[in-house]
Amino acid sequence: MTVLMQAEALHRHYPVSGGLFGKPGLVRAIDGVSFVLRQAQTLAIVGESGCGKSTLARMATLMEPPTGGELLIDGTPTATASEAERRRLRRNVQMVFQNPYGSLNPRKTVGAILEEPLALNQRGDRSARERAARAMMERVGLHQDHYDRTPHMFSGGQRQRIAIARALMLNPRIVVADEPVSALDVSIQAQVLNLMMDLQDAFRLAFLFISHDLGVVRHIAHDVLVLYCGRAVEYASRQDLFAAPCHPYTRVLLAATPSIDPRHRKQAVAVKGELPSPLNPPAGCAFASRCPHATVRCTAERPAWRGIGGRGVACHHAEAM
Amino acid sequence: MTLRNGVKGSTDPLRVQGSALALLSFWCRFAENKGAVLGLAFLCVILFLALAAGIVAPHSPIEQYRSAFLTPPVWQQGGSWNFVLGTDDVGRDLLSRLIHGARLSLLIGLSVVALSLSCGTVLGLTAAFAGGVVDGLIMRLMDVLLVFPSLLLAIVIVAILGPGLFNAMLAVAIVMLPGYTRLSRASALGELARDYVTATRCAGAGHLYLMFNTVLPNCLAPLIVQASLGFSGAILDAASLGFLGLGAQPPTPEWGTMLAGALQYYQRAWWVLTFPGLAVLFTVLAFNLFGDGLRDALDPKLRR
Repeated sequence: MTVLMQAEALHRHYPVSGGLFGKPGLVRAIDGVSFVLRQAQTLAIVGESGCGKSTLARMATLMEPPTGGELLIDGTPTATASEAERRRLRRNVQMVFQNPYGSLNPRKTVGAILEEPLALNQRGDRSARERAARAMMERVGLHQDHYDRTPHMFSGGQRQRIAIARALMLNPRIVVADEPVSALDVSIQAQVLNLMMDLQDAFRLAFLFISHDLGVVRHIAHDVLVLYCGRAVEYASRQDLFAAPCHPYTRVLLAATPSIDPRHRKQAVAVKGELPSPLNPPAGCAFASRCPHATVRCTAERPAWRGIGGRGVACHHAEAM
Repeated sequence: MTLRNGVKGSTDPLRVQGSALALLSFWCRFAENKGAVLGLAFLCVILFLALAAGIVAPHSPIEQYRSAFLTPPVWQQGGSWNFVLGTDDVGRDLLSRLIHGARLSLLIGLSVVALSLSCGTVLGLTAAFAGGVVDGLIMRLMDVLLVFPSLLLAIVIVAILGPGLFNAMLAVAIVMLPGYTRLSRASALGELARDYVTATRCAGAGHLYLMFNTVLPNCLAPLIVQASLGFSGAILDAASLGFLGLGAQPPTPEWGTMLAGALQYYQRAWWVLTFPGLAVLFTVLAFNLFGDGLRDALDPKLRR
């Protein structure tokens, strides 16, 4: 399977001013994250709020350059690419956003929204663009009458279909989906997820699927990368991860997933404490303050990234889990 | 809807028909607002009077009738049909001066608003998009302009550029600039944070496209309201400059100058003051109603 996107020890640090007399700080939003995204595969990025998921999405769409590490798209390093090259690479990566009420231009009709990416890249003439837009509307399950309507006339689910259609207009190979269904009703979530999976099969798309909902991830993902406080804590295939999570944080996340079947309900793991500040990360494991298995070693020494049986994990006690 | 679908064949005449249809539907939305139509109608009448002033006005605006100083309007005792709205302190026909004055006042209002609106919007959008040093520079410059009382600043600018109507308009435009700049920057910052801007950037849009095609149309509503209100401010500020001898020079008829020049007669001859004042009031009101209607018609959320 072709590798479309590869991240090698990506860093994104933001300098923050400490005020007039304070010391300027450094927010480590993403601190050494690596992953591989293959054609027609879905890589889910999982983690709680503030763990750096959206920063990762902005870097993957080349909206923001990483401050360290290397991001390769189609085997081309993006950091050293020329502006023309970056534009070409950027067209390969399109995005679907979390909030369908903010991601569509309220002044434009659906037709104009869908044709805009083509017009911006000088693809086809007007009639060709309209044909392409109408075909894509058909593909994502929108009625042809919707062509002339503006976004406020649509429900959240329909808007998300429009947003997906727009993302696919340029025939990208990678779609970064930043919590695409978390703002939708549960019944609509399933429709949109199924649509995304259908489109993945049809266009051989790779999804970088950012989510905090493990139920959704279990449905759509091939591989899962768990982030905590800007660092990767576990990277495994979906089967491995859901069958036997190796990192205590993954276990906590899994245990917190609501389940309707009482036999699947796991013992709720109590998590104490708060996320450590990314401004001032602890010297040891970032999760140590909340981890039920933490030892002295965890607070003193940062766990190295290790491969255990085909998966990556950053925990001193991974084998014991 | 069915008619628009007919456009699908997309040969050129059909396209033209489509855009004409879009214009028609825009007019239908605009016409739903009766106040806006009233405002537009009033503006059309004023515009016609201004353009045809030479034919419509009963007298020359600058001719002084020595036998008729401060003649009251026709319905008052001592009024005559010769001077329907009365005459001013040097015996000029008020109605003729109002009609001729519409030319200059409309010109002043429109050009000042157009100038400060366009420059202010471009500056505000630039500040919002560039951020950092450029943002700070533009906004601090606007703060400096805001610090001075508006008339004082206008006087300073005219003093530098030299008196005259054009320089007075330029001065008023500069005075009004910070309002538009701050307003457009604030709304642009709000829109920039939204995802559709990121999506358009993702699709390969450049800065200029994002500024004027994506962000600006969504910032228009407050700007339109501000512009329609600013019209009155422009006329009055230009009048103040004229009063000080820095704007329209007498005997040029101009509403604000007429208003300012008649202040001393307000107890003896109310009409000298009232009619120019009413002319400004109704024109401003008409612009506000028109602006409101325009804003609503442009907003897709209010479409049925």
